[in-house]
Amino acid sequence: MREITYAQAITEALYEEMTRDEDVIVYGEDVGIYGGPFKATRGLQERFGNQRVMDTPISETTIVGSAVGAAMTGSRPVVEIMHDAFLGICMDEIANQAAKMHYMTGGQIKVPLVIRTPRLGGEQQAAAQHTARPEAWFLHVPGLKIAIPSTPSDAKGLLKTAVRDNNPVVFFEHVLLYNKKGEIPQGEYTISFGKANIIREGNDVTLLATSLMVHKALIAVQQLEKENISVELIDPRTLVPFDKATLINSVKKTGKLVIATEECKTGSVAAEICAFVVEEAFDYLDAPPKRVCGLDVPLPFSPPLESFSVPNEEDIVQAIQQVLR
Amino acid sequence: MELAKEKMLELYRTMFKIREFEETVAVLFRQGKIPGWLHCCTGQEAVATGACAALRKGDYITSTHRGHGHLIAKGADVKKMMAELFGKKTGYNKGKGGSMHIADFSIGILGANGVVGAGIPIATGAGISIKRKKEDRVVLCFFGEGAGNRGTFHEGINLASTWNLAVVYLMENNLYAVSTHQSRVQKTTDIAARAGAYDIPGISVDGNDVLAVYNTVKRFAERARRGEGPALIECRTYRWHGHYEGDPLNYRSTEELEEWKKKDPISRFKKVLLMKNILSEERDRQIKDELKNKIAMAIKFAEESPYPEKEGALQDVFCELV
Repeated sequence: MREITYAQAITEALYEEMTRDEDVIVYGEDVGIYGGPFKATRGLQERFGNQRVMDTPISETTIVGSAVGAAMTGSRPVVEIMHDAFLGICMDEIANQAAKMHYMTGGQIKVPLVIRTPRLGGEQQAAAQHTARPEAWFLHVPGLKIAIPSTPSDAKGLLKTAVRDNNPVVFFEHVLLYNKKGEIPQGEYTISFGKANIIREGNDVTLLATSLMVHKALIAVQQLEKENISVELIDPRTLVPFDKATLINSVKKTGKLVIATEECKTGSVAAEICAFVVEEAFDYLDAPPKRVCGLDVPLPFSPPLESFSVPNEEDIVQAIQQVLR
Repeated sequence: MELAKEKMLELYRTMFKIREFEETVAVLFRQGKIPGWLHCCTGQEAVATGACAALRKGDYITSTHRGHGHLIAKGADVKKMMAELFGKKTGYNKGKGGSMHIADFSIGILGANGVVGAGIPIATGAGISIKRKKEDRVVLCFFGEGAGNRGTFHEGINLASTWNLAVVYLMENNLYAVSTHQSRVQKTTDIAARAGAYDIPGISVDGNDVLAVYNTVKRFAERARRGEGPALIECRTYRWHGHYEGDPLNYRSTEELEEWKKKDPISRFKKVLLMKNILSEERDRQIKDELKNKIAMAIKFAEESPYPEKEGALQDVFCELV
């Protein structure tokens, strides 16, 4: 097994897909010469030239809008929006154009488009306008797929699948994960959408976590093991499609559910997951599900304010202890 | 350049076909036979007709909420358009889109669009594909003067200019964005000045003169096809109907409308054709009867077509094709 960083995994996925299929193009702000604001596209322009890897003006609306047009006419664009908090700038192009085109044309048009977007969460003092954790905005838009990898291996396998998908995919990366290393399978591989990863098997409680929270969850799981609490840790990897079966089966086994995401709690992905588990597996629940999420505040700047506002491993430990009480 | 006689007659036919389509669907809408909203382009037929006649079959267009004329001029099937307006299963979009979302990929129609100015980046993106694949195509991007004040106008044209894409941006200036006259929301109406900001050619033409539109679009489409980059064309025209059917039209005078009706693109062009002996009154009647019949057949097709099964609502959310 090879070890590479999450950022390298993104680069490798793009490199392999661009080599495999010349219709794949990459563009966005600073993705070319600079190699990406977080170095996730490093070397691509040198290898594939400036007709397939393009630096754009600061024009988020047209980055995504033109990608819709390019995708409709035989290209497979992978565009980057520098931070997920900036997705609001191009929301019409994502939610009203990309997502609806196939449907409202009665299936005539396909839009094979990937919008990669690095997330700034807590711990970086990026303050309110550079942080949003907005996956729930897109969960509410039929026609979009959503991937949210937590490891280098998943990032690579899911991005390759995203590039090959004929639907628009919003692909959430995480700035705090870019330098994290992880093992990567040898050779060519992809990871199907809608297949959750059971990271740890356990019997006492089901813990579902996404992105950065998977890593905080792992710390919590290890701590709880010392108290002889056996946690089943699940990473859904994609939010649309969502692997309901794996989660429901786990809840049937453990009878308890904790969901850990970085989002603001109200109207979150975690809320939706809670809702369908209650609808579909109420009889199996021994305790009300619990959500470990961010506070319902714009992310504040000052370190003590910021760390108070985002969920951490201790919050997960406490939530699990509470549902087991 | 003088056009061939047949091409001239084709322009005339297309304009009348659009007129007949629009005037007929407006009546059907009032009768409650067409659901939703309807934005007719009566009075603006020369823009769609002249522009699309200057394109080749493989060229792309992006259209707008007022798109029936663009689609007909690019060669869309009026039966499938009509069925779509009726919400029928046999419509272009299987009844899922309606008037504002008709697309026909087989003839390069990348879709009408319900959002003002949204077609501009999409057209730019089609230009990206054309350039990368070195295709012998151009994109014609229709939008209204209202869209000229959206950010997509600036961003989309700036990108096309910077990347030298084969896109002709055509502003169809009918003076009103819903109720708001252009002069109330922008200081300059000089299109060349705006084009200058992107270092591309900008030209204004009489949008009720089908030959002027044709010649101008032809010139800039061929320029783009040669790899010389995008251009911005303004076609000055006027919509005879309201923004939508049922619009109270309290924002403009009947005198203004009557003045513009004197510049009716169809009767103007008819005079030219009569003068050149390309058309006779008798041939004119024949052409009009033919086209009226064609539209009547389209209505019959739409009326006789079934509605989609309700479960169809669940299909096509995602593309299942790999």
